[in-house]
Amino acid sequence: MISFDFLPFALLGALLGLDVVSFPQAMLSRPIVAATLAGALAGDAARGLLIGAALELFALETLPVGASRYPEWGSAAVVGGALFAASPALATGLELGAPTAELAGSMCVAVLAAVATSWVGGISMIWLRRLNGQLHRAQMPRITAGSARSVVGLQLAGAGLDLLRGFALTATALGVAAPALRAALATWASDARLSRAVVVALSGAVAAGAVWKLFHAVPRAGWLLAGGLLVGLLLLVLR
Amino acid sequence: MSSVGREPFPLTADEGPGQAPAPADAATAVPAGGPVPPPAATLPFRTWASIFLRLLAIQASWNYEVLLGTGIGFCTEPALRLLPGGPGGEAYRAALARHSQYFNAHPYFAAVAVGALVRAELDGIDPKRIERFRTALCGPLGSVGDRLVWAAWLPFCSLAALLAFGLGGGPLLVVGGFLLLYNAGHLALRGWALHVGLTRGLRVAAALGAPVLRFGPQWVGQAAAFVGAAALPLAVERVIGPGRALLGGVLAVVLVGTVLLARLHGRVEGWRVALGLLAAFVLYSLLR
Repeated sequence: MISFDFLPFALLGALLGLDVVSFPQAMLSRPIVAATLAGALAGDAARGLLIGAALELFALETLPVGASRYPEWGSAAVVGGALFAASPALATGLELGAPTAELAGSMCVAVLAAVATSWVGGISMIWLRRLNGQLHRAQMPRITAGSARSVVGLQLAGAGLDLLRGFALTATALGVAAPALRAALATWASDARLSRAVVVALSGAVAAGAVWKLFHAVPRAGWLLAGGLLVGLLLLVLR
Repeated sequence: MSSVGREPFPLTADEGPGQAPAPADAATAVPAGGPVPPPAATLPFRTWASIFLRLLAIQASWNYEVLLGTGIGFCTEPALRLLPGGPGGEAYRAALARHSQYFNAHPYFAAVAVGALVRAELDGIDPKRIERFRTALCGPLGSVGDRLVWAAWLPFCSLAALLAFGLGGGPLLVVGGFLLLYNAGHLALRGWALHVGLTRGLRVAAALGAPVLRFGPQWVGQAAAFVGAAALPLAVERVIGPGRALLGGVLAVVLVGTVLLARLHGRVEGWRVALGLLAAFVLYSLLR
């Protein structure tokens, strides 16, 4: 039995999936935002923020440049945030909002589910773009004749289909991942902090690689990167 | 709304940062530094607002056939109603068909094209000239936007949010701060782009050579390099949680991973490698 209702999360995933490309591209779909919102919906925004930060580190490498193919983080981060924030309830059968306990493996499984969902979400966006192309071909004679109804209709159809895509993706991913997380929490054999450390080492390496790739060519990059790292490490030591 | 006494100003090869291809009649172009023609018509506020809102959905029907061509038609449509004959008139239908063809640009910078094309249509400029201008505009608006927004502003804001998180910020500060910062730039850029397009029309290429657009990616990139390097160790430490026993090991793994990914740049995507390794660790933790 799953102890939380998928519908609000699927609706949130639909809205944030829409933000990735279709409307309004205000970066509500960035993992640090989407996972926090999902966490808040699950009753624990702080846990949502924690996993959102881990996912944001992954997402730094996959920027939506041009017509390139990239993972879809909006719906995926909702999946990750919901799973991680709800994991205490999933593990114990408690209602959402109950006091949370550290659960070994919950972050690992939630991040794995979110990154895998983002991958599938990226593929679903390609399918949607092909479907939009088919719809456009079907409307071509009317568009060539200057039909406003066809032009507006195509935009609305594209946005509507994107909304449905995000809804279906989030609902399906939660439907698969929530029982998997519950089962995993029952048999997880690695230490809780080691599990988190693995997640953060992988996401940190991806993010640091992305920062290097993006900015190593700017003037004085070496000094800026070294100076920033020094400041970051100093702040770590001093607090 | 009339073309009487108004001379169009086509793009020239040396205008703008993106080296736009020169249209066939580029030899007749006015130099980039020349006077900006006054607006032929001031759009009613309702029309301007309608265009701006539609710009937020310009990519709703994005596809591999015409990219965001339909979106350009969708966004120009409210202003095309002002053409002689009104909505459904011959001029309206011809212009809408013209602007719903293939077009490629960064979604935020597409507002420049929308504004300029609207202005050109309302000025009554020759449709063939408008089509040449439209074709020439595609490349620059894509490259400028990708470099400034996707490769500089977005990662900078993301890294700033991670820095706030690493310094102990709560959900409201981190998420609210990120959204405010990013969208201040985002909405200002869209508004500026539409304004520039509407006021400059076919002479818009000169505006794309503005220092902020030419040097902005570099300035923002420099800030992002510093902020990012400071943010990563702090964010990593906060995700790991209380106690620092594992922090040194994690930072060492991050360093090694970074070097490997930098050396393999273009051959592997880090997130895919990380996904595989994470799946392997989950399996190990479940089966051991």
